[in-house]
Amino acid sequence: MDRSPATDYAADAQAAMIAAPTSKSGAWLHRFANPGRFQRLVQPLIPWIGWAALIVCSVGLVWGFAFAPADWQQGIASRIMYVHVPAAWVAMNGYAALAICSLLSIVWRHPLADIAAKEMGPVGAGFTGLCLITGSLWGKPEWGTYWVWDARLTSVLILFFLYLGHMALIRAFDNPQHGYRAAAILGLVGAINLPIIVFSVYWWNSLHQGNSITLTGPSKIYVTMLYPLLISTLGFYLAFIAMSLARISSGIMENRARALLLARAERSGS
Amino acid sequence: MMSRKKRRLWIVIACGLGLSTAVALMLVAFRSSLSFFMSPQQVAARHPPAGRVFRLGGIVQANTVVMGTRDGAPYTTFRITDGRASIPVVYTGVLPGLFRQGQGVVTIGAMSRGDREFLASTVLAKHGADYMPRDVEMALRKAGKWNPKFGPPPNAGAWDDKSPAQIEASNNG
Repeated sequence: MDRSPATDYAADAQAAMIAAPTSKSGAWLHRFANPGRFQRLVQPLIPWIGWAALIVCSVGLVWGFAFAPADWQQGIASRIMYVHVPAAWVAMNGYAALAICSLLSIVWRHPLADIAAKEMGPVGAGFTGLCLITGSLWGKPEWGTYWVWDARLTSVLILFFLYLGHMALIRAFDNPQHGYRAAAILGLVGAINLPIIVFSVYWWNSLHQGNSITLTGPSKIYVTMLYPLLISTLGFYLAFIAMSLARISSGIMENRARALLLARAERSGS
Repeated sequence: MMSRKKRRLWIVIACGLGLSTAVALMLVAFRSSLSFFMSPQQVAARHPPAGRVFRLGGIVQANTVVMGTRDGAPYTTFRITDGRASIPVVYTGVLPGLFRQGQGVVTIGAMSRGDREFLASTVLAKHGADYMPRDVEMALRKAGKWNPKFGPPPNAGAWDDKSPAQIEASNNG
């Protein structure tokens, strides 16, 4: 990381003081509002999380695709679940994280939450796209169609469009603060879609199957197929975290570089 | 005097409540069109007019499937049931690989004149949420706990972590 001039740290510290809460109870929230502190803490972790994601994903996917037994009726095509299901879970929880960042942004004006929401959008959209594509490829051999407009498929497509809309909106303004405010509202409004996705298969008749794994009941997936599924899920989450942190970290550096350039332009202009 | 953060938090909570209520009301109002298919019971109760295209879904009733060919095209008749009502279906075309007795299906078509049968133009297979290897399925069959012909497997707690030998040994008959 390029060590920027001392004036930059002074500016950071000033920004942190402005953002610092007046009440003591919110102090923990703003501990990481200082981008410099975030960078020092997170940057060394990124390669570790990235490698862990690669290794855990490989273990889960190789186990699932090469060693786990095929489903008795769906046969070999059911193995695509080791990609489809983790991608779907990460897509939904990625959006939940984005919505939490939106809340932190709207209520507490947390500067890091804005950058996090901006940078998590494309990663979440990628996982949602992966979920839609693998689901479509799975649907053709089993259901007999690539796509139907049932409640589950449609609500996940809406999730994808929410991600795309958020990505576009947060970058649509010349003043980034305006983009952050507008996108945070979209992020929060879109969160209503998450319970709809989860419960769509119970509230309405759908072609998509019900949830195999729930918090309340036993898993409807046999253990020898469940373990690789859980491992690749962990791998997908690690991959989401690694990619998001790397993007957030580079987003912070981008902002700092822009601020420095602006400052230099102002100095040379005056 | 409320702090600005607190006021913003309350505004967000109020907007969230209002929005959730609005969406919930909308979903309840559009309930019937959000369902992907009608069950045999709903069809029996509402009597959709002949020729009106809709989706009919349910389980392929055991021992009702008759396959043949008509004018060189594969031709199948079967009944779709939800346990409360049952509708006879006629379909000409290639069935999806998962089609079998006891399997969930969603068919697209319309009732024939006189409400006699459902003329399907498309048959889609709907599988359940249960995943198991073949030896576990065989063990459940041998233990007399499940015949896939008659619908979904028993509660997953009874088989999802037991070896096939354990499942067979737990024969309750």
